[in-house]
Amino acid sequence: MATINTAWDQVSSNTFKTWAIMFFFSLFTVGIVYILGRGFGYGQTGGLGLVGMALIIAGIMNFISYYYSDKIVLGISGAKEIKKQDNPEVFRTVENLCIAAGLPLPRIYILEDSATNAFATGRDPKHAAICFTSGILQKLNKQELEGVTAHELSHVGNRDTLLMSVVSILVGTIALLTDWFLRSMFFGGGRARDDDSKSGTIFMVLALVAAILAPIVAMLIQLSISRRRELLADASGVLLTRYPQGLENALLKISKDTEPLEAANRGTAHLYIVNPLKGSSAAGFMVGLFNTHPPIEVRIKALREMEGKV
Amino acid sequence: MEIWVVLIVLGFILLWILLAYNGLVTLRNRVREALSEIDVQLKRRSSLIPNLVETVKGYAKHEKEVFENVTKARSALMGATSLGQKAQANDMLTGALKSLFAVAEAYPELKASDNFKQLQEEISDTETKVAASRQFYNTNVLDLNNNLETFPTKMIGNTFGFQKEPFFQATDEEKADIQVKF
Repeated sequence: MATINTAWDQVSSNTFKTWAIMFFFSLFTVGIVYILGRGFGYGQTGGLGLVGMALIIAGIMNFISYYYSDKIVLGISGAKEIKKQDNPEVFRTVENLCIAAGLPLPRIYILEDSATNAFATGRDPKHAAICFTSGILQKLNKQELEGVTAHELSHVGNRDTLLMSVVSILVGTIALLTDWFLRSMFFGGGRARDDDSKSGTIFMVLALVAAILAPIVAMLIQLSISRRRELLADASGVLLTRYPQGLENALLKISKDTEPLEAANRGTAHLYIVNPLKGSSAAGFMVGLFNTHPPIEVRIKALREMEGKV
Repeated sequence: MEIWVVLIVLGFILLWILLAYNGLVTLRNRVREALSEIDVQLKRRSSLIPNLVETVKGYAKHEKEVFENVTKARSALMGATSLGQKAQANDMLTGALKSLFAVAEAYPELKASDNFKQLQEEISDTETKVAASRQFYNTNVLDLNNNLETFPTKMIGNTFGFQKEPFFQATDEEKADIQVKF
């Protein structure tokens, strides 16, 4: 994979990178759990109870938001479901791309908002929903809308809601554990520990550093996975429309529109076609690290590479 | 001790054969399912034809040849069994419909009728659907053929007699169409 050119190459490369990141994220989580466990003063196995508890809490919280992802997001945003007669053009665009992607037809929603954006959600393709703002329907032509729809349907086909939920469980577990550790340091600093040796002190210090840094690192990893999935959805979307220019023009149009989407918040930002929160379009390295979406320029560049090769 | 190592290795090989075989069966079934989806869309397309012909006849009675061509193409499509025949009949129908719509241009009353407009929209949408189902079929064929041509699943495919499937290809006429569009 020396040069990444075609949409096929971009799909495989982004899929591979996602799993590579996931692999290191799992190692990272295990490492942090181990260090914190030692820092808490438990032996190799004693900390498992706490880890289990953190996993269960994070698991349940995220499972609910995963299982009801469509209802929650659509409920918060206040979107309205449409039938074929309400907007045949949009309905057919979704319907035909679903046939090409081999996906069941998702429910289609329109959100009355002049911002230009779109998102897809749902725990699996059978419970998927795709939502457009009325603004995006007004501003995009047919081919651009097809590009955006193909991107969103690719999120559905790639099971991104599931993947991001798993990632959230790991991030949540780390957040809970480090939080508990710092609290116990704060309130129970004088508690007697069963491990008074030198290695115990080293693990205490290590655990303290880990407890402070780990949640931030975990969040950064989560965001990098989110950005990876966006590039993947762009590439798989192009395989559906076979017309990179459609999505490219749509992204250009959307990025020129600076109006933030009122219904979006940090929790749902990764679902949209472009970051709905706006105001952070500066492509600086540090800013880039904290974004759910890759900068528009990066996405356009990747799309341009696919031109004429699909 | 050594016998165990051999047994474990053999077990893994058997497991892999099992998984590879099941994987190929899944891929082959997906291709078949995708093929039946093309049929669904082709049927949908041909079921719109009688209605269209009736509507146009109401305004343009003496364009007999055009109607005949469309009807002929439609029955050819409905009678087609192999992939190649279907592709050919579908192209024939596309051509016949094109001349039908060209004829319609000469009848302003027909062009203005809501029924005709709606049918025209439905037919052009169904054409997109046929193309989309064809695309999905080709994606699945690509998946199957890739597995049948790459090592090591190739061995399983050869052993159990899996066949590569043909792509549903666009004819030269359609390709020319696309060039005109852009």
